Order: sequence, then structure tokens, then C-alpha cells
Amino acid sequence: MKKETTPKNLISFIKDTLLWNLSGSIGYQIYLCILVCLMLTGVYGYVIQFKLGLSATNMSNIVSWGFYISNFTFLVGVAAAAVMLILPSYIFNDKDLHKVVIIGEVVAVGSLVMCMTFVFVDLGRPLQFWHLVPGIGQLNFPSSLLSWDILVLNGYLALNALIPAYIVFCHYQGKEPVGKYYKPFIFISIGWAVAIHMVTAFLYQGLPARPFWNNPLMGPRFLASAFAAGPAIISLVLHVVNSTTDYKIDNKIFNKLRIIIVSAAVINLLMLFSEIFKEFYFPTHHSQSAIYLFFGLEGHNSLVPWIWTAISINVLGTLMLAFNPFRERQVFLMPALVLLIVGIWIEKGIGLIVPGLVPSPMGEIISYSPSNVELFITIGVVGLGMFVVTILLKPALIIEKRYEDMDI
Amino acid sequence: MDSEKPKKMNRRAFLKGTASAAIAGGAAVTTGCKGKGLLGSSEAFALEFQEYFKKHYRLMTQAERENTVSRLERLARLRQHIDLDIDTTGPSDAVLYGYAFNVTRCEGFMECVQACVKENNLDRKSNTQYIRIFEMEHGQMSPDQGDGKYFHMVPRQGHFYMGVQCFQCDNPPCVKACPTKATWKEPDGIVVVDYDWCIGCRYCMAACPYWGRRFNWNQPEIPEAEITRKQHYLGNRQRVRGMMEKCTFCIQRTRKGKLPACVDACPTGARVFGNLLDPDSEIRFVLENKKVYRLKEDLGTEPKFWYFID
Ligand code: SF4
Ligand code: SF4
Repeated sequence: MKKETTPKNLISFIKDTLLWNLSGSIGYQIYLCILVCLMLTGVYGYVIQFKLGLSATNMSNIVSWGFYISNFTFLVGVAAAAVMLILPSYIFNDKDLHKVVIIGEVVAVGSLVMCMTFVFVDLGRPLQFWHLVPGIGQLNFPSSLLSWDILVLNGYLALNALIPAYIVFCHYQGKEPVGKYYKPFIFISIGWAVAIHMVTAFLYQGLPARPFWNNPLMGPRFLASAFAAGPAIISLVLHVVNSTTDYKIDNKIFNKLRIIIVSAAVINLLMLFSEIFKEFYFPTHHSQSAIYLFFGLEGHNSLVPWIWTAISINVLGTLMLAFNPFRERQVFLMPALVLLIVGIWIEKGIGLIVPGLVPSPMGEIISYSPSNVELFITIGVVGLGMFVVTILLKPALIIEKRYEDMDI
Repeated sequence: MDSEKPKKMNRRAFLKGTASAAIAGGAAVTTGCKGKGLLGSSEAFALEFQEYFKKHYRLMTQAERENTVSRLERLARLRQHIDLDIDTTGPSDAVLYGYAFNVTRCEGFMECVQACVKENNLDRKSNTQYIRIFEMEHGQMSPDQGDGKYFHMVPRQGHFYMGVQCFQCDNPPCVKACPTKATWKEPDGIVVVDYDWCIGCRYCMAACPYWGRRFNWNQPEIPEAEITRKQHYLGNRQRVRGMMEKCTFCIQRTRKGKLPACVDACPTGARVFGNLLDPDSEIRFVLENKKVYRLKEDLGTEPKFWYFID
């Protein structure tokens, strides 16, 4: 990266982005205030959890991972989904998608920040997290899949933050970014996106102790659901950008994304049915977790309404998107996307993590639902993610818009 | 880090020189000091500070191990006003511990559970127990079909009892899973946790097929009079919230040639413990002359814990 001593250097870049972030309409200011309130809720929850230890959550020696890890799992998928924009726009030079790829990358950065925060708040001894840092700590690499996950997530964060930062910075200076500086990293980031999700799946898949997770379909199914839920979330962000800023997004783009989402959602449903078939055609001792999830065991059925809701809205959302009866009318498209996102969030979050742990290896069955502290912290982390997306996206879009106008 | 015996002035000087209030305060909070203000005395504060930065147990030199032990003993003196004896005895050559459980003899009295709780300083507040006894009906084979919460007179007609604890696997999935190497298999076969190195991620717990691990969800509480003072760094030393722990075959006793507390306590003699490498040991006799079996053999974890029938 060359930094010329024009007025448009790195310092003015940082100054301008800060300024752009602070200025804005009353509506934008209120929105930022709401985000800050969400984050403060999270801080409040975390202070309680820090004082009491993880006993402030509803987790226990049986359900030893709960709501945090569920959300983490879902969000890794969202982060990986940026690749569905990066691939066509940089490799196949799709002009339409190129216009929004930056938004996809920013959403990925936001999701990764949320992922890492969720893992961090899940730690029993957060102040000891430096034990993980290679050099000063001891990372159990390559044996522990969790250490793989930490490495790939951080690598993906770096790629998704630095590539767009470079491109936007060039555009800020009114220059065309130099392909050889960033193209190789684009290729790496495409493989890497698949890697973060496969590794996260392997985290569960690699545990023979948990038959519900120890399933070779886990990795591919993670990818399919990610490539449905991720672009769906990106579409929602695009919709917000479209209706609140002067960065206009063409209907064609929504349609392209819709096709990606539908294909992935259909594959995801197929694999879900394949799993359900295996568990219920000839139920074995190992099907207990699935029975617990879908029908409840010994009166513990807290997950049952959730999973059936998830499957119904999953199917409904997919059908609405597939047949598209309303021809890109966003009033209908958006609710369909929300249905799909919520469906996948339940099914791949709490519907995946908790039944993996119940019944316990000693056959014990309990119910789990998140405690208030867990909910507060989750709200805070989501607020943080939205905040990160907002403050990165706002200046980026201003710069991109100017650059575009300059071209014409 | 320095290496002299705890001396008040030194600690103070050290503190003034380097401690940043935020980090040290955090260290004090994490290690769970309670009462007496946030930091207690400044000596305790300095000790906490050094404890926070100490290395992984396996990377410590003998001198460093002695230092951390003396710090821990001093901290217990300052905070709880008790004198501990924390030991770091290593494994002996030609020793590999194994355990066998006589299903025919056990009558479900749970004396072992009580002895274990007391010996290993387990949290009384959350009622943590390493050993579980399952009441099984005849015809059942695996404890997950049994009743682990029975509360009535034992032994009960038509039932038998099975004890379950960490099986000290020879191929332990928990060790493979830990991202910080905070848990490992010692040369004498005991799977241990460096409590101070554990970050509390609980991946090992998800990886264990025998439900052998316990997590400190809350700050553990033990009535002062009941604290077992003879401790081992990798064994029954006191834990704080956020740490993983597990059965260590009473490493503090067995490495000194004694039997685990559960074996000592069992009134029916259902528990057999010994050195698998010693051909004359009782455990070898059981393995060679009884019909033995292990749980979940199909997983390849190779537990060093066998069940047998008379
Ligand atoms: S029983 Fe569980 S905790 Fe014990 S060594 Fe085996 S896997 Fe590890
Ligand atoms: S909880 Fe502790 S011992 Fe278990 S995997 Fe995490 S760091 Fe390792």
C-alpha cells in the first residue's frame, strides 16, 4: 500500500470515517443510541455473570454448552456466507453483486466479532484467555479442534477486514485498487470461508461421545444452512441500506440473492430430512437425543415447540422464496427472509447444541432454557455486532458512492 | 519472575514497581478472593499478581513449582487462616494405575461418594460428586439405563449397583479436545487438570463419553473445618469458580503409596485399586481371573477401569 502525502492519506481517512460516523440524521442518532443501550444491557448481564460465575446461566454439568455456543454456531455460518457474494463478484466479475460485496464483507466482520464475543462470554475464566495465545500461552494445535477454530476464525476476520479496507482506502484516494495486492487474498478467503464452517462443524462432529453430533453430514449441512441464512441476513441489511441511504440497490441483486438462498435452503431441508429419516425409521439407543428434540423425553420437552416452529417456518420461508408469488415486492420478500433466518437460527443453534448434550452419557435428561443473564448478554452481543456493521458500513458506502459518481 | 521465599517487604516493593491496579485487581477477582475488600492485604494482592502470570505446570522447573506452592500455601494462610501442605510428587517408574469394580459386591451404600467429597475438597454448595452409583435392575448392563438418584434403603431386592467415575482412559478424548493443554495424561496413567491453566471452555466435558468431568459453575464452598489440608497440586487442591475438575484416583494419596479414599471407604470391598504393571497386584489378579468388562469399548477410549462379576 502506497501512502502519498496528498491530503487524502491514512490520517485523513481515519478522521473522515470518524466524522461520517458521528454525523447523521436524528433518526440515525436515535438508532445509535438504541444500539448503545443494547450493548449496556449486555455489559450489565456480564457484570452479574462475572461476579457469580457461570452459575448465573442455566447451564449445568449436563447441558454444559447453551445459548452462547448456539448463537456462536449460527453466526459462524453467517460469516462464512459472505463468500456467496465474494465468489461471483471477484471471480466471475458479476457487476451487480460487485456493488454489494463490500456489504457482505462487513456483515461477515460483524458476525465474526459476535462469534468471538460469544465464545469469550462462555469462558469460565475469561481473564485467563491469554493461555490460548501462541507464544505466551499454549495452543493445543493441531490436536484440539477448538484451537483450529480459534485460528481459522481470526484468520477469516483479518482477511475480511483487510481486503475491503484496502479497496475502500484506494477508492477514498480516488485510485483503482491494484489487483495483485488483493486478488490472491480473495482466493484465500474463499477457501477460508468454507474452512471456518467445516472446522466449526468438526468441533461437534469429532466427538464420538455425542452420537447426535458424531454425524458425517454435519459439515455439509452447516454449509447449506449457512448459505441460506447468511445471504438472507445480507439481503435484510441491503434492504435497510436501500431504504435509509442514497446508496441504491437494484432489484436484480435481490433476485440473485434470492436464488442463492433458495438453492441452499432446499439442500438444507433435504439433508435435514435425511437425518430425521435415519433417527426415526429404526430408532436406536443413539436416537434418544433426536427424540428428546422432536418429542421430548420423560416430560422434558422444552425444545419441542421450538424445533417444530423452526421446521415449519423454515419450510414456509423456503416455499415463499422459491415460488416468489409477489415478484420481488419487498414487503413480502423480507418477511419470508426473516422466517427463514429465524428457522435456521433455532434449528442450528439451540436445536443442535442442547440435544447433543442430552441425554448425558449417563442417561440423564434435563430441560434447558437460557437464563435472564444469558439473554441480556446475548442482546448485548447482538447490539455490538450491529454497531460494528453500522460504523464500518456508513463510511464505506459514502466512499463507494463518491467513487462511483466520480467514474461517471 | 522472582524466586525467593515470601517476604513482606519484597512483595510490597514488587507491587509498587510493576503492578497495574487493573490487571492485579482482575487477577484477584478471578482467583475468587472474597471478603476483606477487593484485594485483601497487599501481600495477598502481590501473590495473586504473580499467580496470574505463572506458567503451565508442565513447563515449570522444580524451583518454579516450589514457588507457586509456597505462594498458594501463603495465600491460604492469609485468606482462610489455614495451613495447607501442597505436594507436587511426580509419578514413579513402572507404575500404571488401574481400577476394578465388583458389581456383585457393591450394595449401594455410597460411603465412597462421601469419602471422595471430603478427601477431594469438592464443592458442598453445588453438591459436586465425582462418583455416581447407579441402581440397576437385573438384565441391564449400562448405567445409563439405571437410576442414579435413588433414595431409599439399600440393597434393594432384584437390583444391583454400579459405580461410575472418571475412568482415566488410556486414549482420553478429553485430553485431545482441550485447546490449552490444561488437561493431560500423566505417565502413571492418571488424567489430571492444571486448574490454574484451565480457561473453563468445557470442550473436554463435551468430549468425555463417561461424564467424568465436573465444572465449577459457582465459587466452591467448603466448611473450613472440613478442608482436607494434605493436598496435591494436580489433585485435591482447592479450586475456584470457572475451573474444570475430575477424579484423579486421589493422586495426593496414591502417589504416596496409599489407596484412593473410595477404596478405603468401601465397606463391602467392591473396589480394587493397584498397579497394572505389578504382576502380583490384586488388580492384576482380578483382570486375569475374573470375567471383566468395560463401558463403551466401541469408542476405543481404553478406560483403565473394569467391572467384574464374582
Ligand atoms: S473418563 Fe472422561 S474425563 Fe476421564 S479420562 Fe476418560 S474421557 Fe477423560
Ligand atoms: S475446560 Fe479447561 S480442561 Fe477442559 S478443555 Fe477447556 S481449558 Fe481444557
